[in-house]
Amino acid sequence: MAEQNGMVERRGAGLWLVHLGLIVGIAFIFFPIWLAFVASTVEQQDIVRPPMPLLPGDQFFSNYARALTSGVNAPVSTMLLNSMIMAVGISLGKIAISLLSAFAIVYFRFPARRLFFWLIFLTLMLPVEVRIVPTYEVIANFGMLNSYQGLILPLIASATATFLFRQFFMTVPDELAEAARVDGAGPMRFFFDILLPMSRTNIAALFVILFIYGWNQYLWPLLITTDPEMNTIVMGIKQMFPSGDDTADWPVIMATSILAMVPPVLVVVGMQRLFIRGLVDSEK
Amino acid sequence: MEKRVKFKGLWLPILLVFPQFLITAIFFFYPAGQAIWQSLFIPDPFGLSMQWVGLGNFEFLLADRYYRASFFTTAVFSILVTVVSMGVALYLAVLADRLVKGSGTYRTLLIWPYAVAPAVAGVLWLFMFNTRVGVVTWYLGLLGYDWNHVLNEGEAMGLVVVASAWGRISYNFLFFLAGLQAIPRSVIEAAAIDGAHFWTRFRTIVFPLLSPTTFFLLVVNIIYSFFETFGVIHTITSGGPQQATTILVYKVYADGFVGQDLGSSAAQSVILLAIVSLLTVIQFKYIERRVHY
Repeated sequence: MAEQNGMVERRGAGLWLVHLGLIVGIAFIFFPIWLAFVASTVEQQDIVRPPMPLLPGDQFFSNYARALTSGVNAPVSTMLLNSMIMAVGISLGKIAISLLSAFAIVYFRFPARRLFFWLIFLTLMLPVEVRIVPTYEVIANFGMLNSYQGLILPLIASATATFLFRQFFMTVPDELAEAARVDGAGPMRFFFDILLPMSRTNIAALFVILFIYGWNQYLWPLLITTDPEMNTIVMGIKQMFPSGDDTADWPVIMATSILAMVPPVLVVVGMQRLFIRGLVDSEK
Repeated sequence: MEKRVKFKGLWLPILLVFPQFLITAIFFFYPAGQAIWQSLFIPDPFGLSMQWVGLGNFEFLLADRYYRASFFTTAVFSILVTVVSMGVALYLAVLADRLVKGSGTYRTLLIWPYAVAPAVAGVLWLFMFNTRVGVVTWYLGLLGYDWNHVLNEGEAMGLVVVASAWGRISYNFLFFLAGLQAIPRSVIEAAAIDGAHFWTRFRTIVFPLLSPTTFFLLVVNIIYSFFETFGVIHTITSGGPQQATTILVYKVYADGFVGQDLGSSAAQSVILLAIVSLLTVIQFKYIERRVHY
């Protein structure tokens, strides 16, 4: 056995080469983030006279405090709050409406049920980017520019989640619904007491994916939030660059970039298993 | 597939689907319909009335040198992004798969860049290659290379490709690693006993067995580079220099919101819509059938 393994899995020098290859790859992936972190801990003079240092300086607290409290156009703390409301709003909103309609589609017979299902299917693959101008007009007509509703609603108008919940509900044994009916429980009782608890893992996995999707939105907030107080952090970074020849405030911009990464990265690393599950579920 | 057990009622299910129906109708179907409708008109210069032009917007677009250039740019860009990010990810996944212990640690280290927004990735790479303060630019200067993506079209394309591919490596790595780990060890060991070396095994066994994952990732990455890279382009080059990095999605934005040419922008949306639908059909039909073990 040992010899056969030796042919397939490397040992000794070969093993170290494998580790070396991976470490070089990881270094390449980490380098831009490391550089951003270093830039967020030094003074502006260290950056504008290249080359900038490759090890962190001592301005961490002052740069981050400056970013969070004043920023360039709006305090970064405000933008973080906006991003959080948008990401959580999109995740919860989409999960809620999708759970309800998937429940109706799977567990009821009603007219136009087929039609409704195909309408849902149509929305699966068309991202908001292809209908930005008319969607913008709708939002403007509703007076929802620079509002949380305007940020959230168009991004939950797709049925990916409905589709996933439908697939999951189909695998739930029929006996459960039957038993509930025999016991005299109504459909909503069945939904809240049996179906919802069973869907916990699916809901959590989907939440992780949707949170990152919502947090990382760029084009849509760029279009509809003209008021700096409503900017989300991911789109707000670009707004911090001065127009023309002025020098950008690099330490604050880089501190903002780091702050923009922290919440989604924490979610991905902290809920790694749910994240991978959600990723596989939502793509297959 | 149908459930045997159904609940009774007419108004309850309608009430249940209503929130989703309402939101999808207002924010999806109405705008999508508007995009198709607007693509058949041109507004007068004062925005007071619309003039019916039929397929005129499309004819104009297809004859437009800049639009055709944007098509070509998009093709080059998405192929490069897909090849670079999948290549690096496959290389890392093959390495991680060879480890008996520790591949989990590397996975944790490699997946989190997935969480970095394309627009933030754009800012990070812009910072490294900034013409005035960029660290990489400075060291390239020492080597005698004058990096300037603000003026040089090829360098601009290279930078947006690398920045877009960089953020995508995690995703591809996850799927490749899962695909590799699903290949039975016994097959690979049998080949090893027959004297096949690593490259022979990879070429003749591993890569063919990985083809469903590879094709799935091809389609998903092309769709990604069509749409989600908007943030990268907007932060790094704004489509320049001389529209060298104006991909189709960027042009919809630039013509619709910056140029206020609604008819043309709507027609472009419709063309994009057709392309995505086509890719989706390919994904569902062709790939599921043709690629198997």
